[in-house]
Amino acid sequence: MRFCRGFLNFSSIDYVLITKIAAMKILVIEDEPDMLDNMVRSLRKEMYLVETAVTYDAAIEKISLYNYDCILLDINLPGGSGLDVLNQLKKLNKTEGVIIVSAKNSLDDKVAGLELGADDYLPKPFHIAELHARVKSVLRRRKFDGNNLLKLGNLLVDPEKHQVWVDEKELVLNRKEFYILLYLATNQGRLVSKTALAEHVWGDYIDEADNFEFIYSQIKNLRKKLKDYRADIEIQAIYGIGYKLFIP
Amino acid sequence: MKLLNYTTGYFAAILLVVLSAWAGLFYYNMLDEIYDSMDDGLENQKILVMQKAAIDSTVMGRKKFDDGYYRIREIPAPTTKKPKDIYQDTLMFMQNEQDFEPVRMLTTVFRHQNRYYELRVITSMVEEDDLIEDLLYSLLWLYLGLLASILILNNFLLQKIWQPFYRLLNHLKYFRLEDSRQITPEPTNILEFQLLNQTIQKLLHSNINTYVSQKTFIENAAHELQTPLAISLNKLELLAEGNNLQEDQLTQIGSVMQNLERLTRLNKSLLLLSKIENNQFGQEEEVNINQLVQKVINDFSDQAAYREITVTLQENTVCQAKLNPDLAAILFVNLIKNAIIHNHAGGEVNIQIQKNEVVIQNSGSNQPLDAQKLFTRFHKNAASPGSTGLGLAIAKAIADLYRFRLTYAFAEKHTWTIHFHEPTA
Repeated sequence: MRFCRGFLNFSSIDYVLITKIAAMKILVIEDEPDMLDNMVRSLRKEMYLVETAVTYDAAIEKISLYNYDCILLDINLPGGSGLDVLNQLKKLNKTEGVIIVSAKNSLDDKVAGLELGADDYLPKPFHIAELHARVKSVLRRRKFDGNNLLKLGNLLVDPEKHQVWVDEKELVLNRKEFYILLYLATNQGRLVSKTALAEHVWGDYIDEADNFEFIYSQIKNLRKKLKDYRADIEIQAIYGIGYKLFIP
Repeated sequence: MKLLNYTTGYFAAILLVVLSAWAGLFYYNMLDEIYDSMDDGLENQKILVMQKAAIDSTVMGRKKFDDGYYRIREIPAPTTKKPKDIYQDTLMFMQNEQDFEPVRMLTTVFRHQNRYYELRVITSMVEEDDLIEDLLYSLLWLYLGLLASILILNNFLLQKIWQPFYRLLNHLKYFRLEDSRQITPEPTNILEFQLLNQTIQKLLHSNINTYVSQKTFIENAAHELQTPLAISLNKLELLAEGNNLQEDQLTQIGSVMQNLERLTRLNKSLLLLSKIENNQFGQEEEVNINQLVQKVINDFSDQAAYREITVTLQENTVCQAKLNPDLAAILFVNLIKNAIIHNHAGGEVNIQIQKNEVVIQNSGSNQPLDAQKLFTRFHKNAASPGSTGLGLAIAKAIADLYRFRLTYAFAEKHTWTIHFHEPTA
């Protein structure tokens, strides 16, 4: 029986639960109406306060007037380039939490964007699950200095130290099992497609592997460990699509 | 062959012919002139002897050359009315040289007091062999001297006059379309070079323009296709998240998503392929192939384990190659993934890293693959309908871009060899 270490004191609030990030303000700068609709819908499901801008000018106006915790920025905008928006943010000293979301997937834009202070670069098409993972990762790093734990029922996950506890008892997972759990936990209650999971855990090139059946064996191991430790979460397979983590 | 050596070679050959011909002509002309003046001298001496003989009878007694340059012998009256003077070359023993040396001899007949005498006058002659030898040596020195001066002059001139040309050549050598740096040719007064500079600038300019517009086109195409794909996929994901769907409906949605994902992969692969073929990957660096292969094997370890395939790596040496690191990764991902996927359960993949090549062997079907069509686009193995049929085409395009050799052979196992450049010393 291994009990959690002394620094974990559940009675005091020296950590911030990720569920608290719900009230975060997010600006989505995207000109494609359907794309914008998808992003806004799925972000609102996470209880974020979401605002939108569909043109370069609207984006400049919003960023000048308000502060956001995270900005999703498209590069191709009517009236100007997303990189210029980034430039403007840099002048205002507000580049914190910018994720470039671009269909161009061009190396030049990525390099330029990251050099201008953007936090991350997410090429289109992306999976909704990946969008949430990136947004949460940015919020965690920027707003809580990475000092936060994720609580799911009787399960506690430390995303930075790669540790998991069930009822204060450490659950030892291998690297891939941990990433699967974290990714599913980040998208708690939502459907995560096999492809999204494979790309996130196994890397960029795995999407060419044509067949994601090998994921199943990892999920099986993870489920067994969770069951052995009596974690009150469940990973449900959604036939033909992927998996969903939920607290029954 | 360098321009300098080329022209010098031509000059050397031409000079050899010209100088030889000239030497022959010169030799015969000179000899002719020498004989002419010797014969003139002999004739003059003949007249002098005959005049002397008319007043001094002792002259007639000189029957031998002993201490003089002539001898006189009485002969019976000649048959011909007026015998001709005969000039000839002969040998005579020379006291100073203690050897027989060539002399020029004039033999003539004259009448004195109704008696006929044969007069022979000699004069020492040019030693032809010595003359030829001297001439040859002089010519050799002249030839070498000329060659040396041509070499020096050429070197000097090439450096001086051809400088703009060589500068341009050097610029062109390091010119790459993906670098936006333009070539600025050196100003020159030589008309041909001015023309060359202008033409090359024009050519490069139009090439750069074409390249840029093509690049923009590819990026726009990617943008235009990726966005609708992204929207559709995300909409389906949102739809599937709704809790009010039947299993049957979810299966249908899953199938649509799979096909859209396949379309996305196809689109990405095609864009990648055209980007490779348009040489739009800059930044080559020395890539450690060992580390890369280890990483790729590690990335695919779960898939290999799932298919019960044993992957072995034999590193005989450290292998390095100069290429874009992203393309290097794509190359090995495609080759190794190919070896894992087109395999049977319990099969094996053996990878060997040599000094300058990587050999990937995999078990699989017992039939050799069609080597002709293997690397063409959309050539698919019937056993894996989900593949895009572009993986090997991409690997081949990367190999072609860097002039690596990617070959396939079948001997019990399927063998893929990627051969890098010989290391440049």
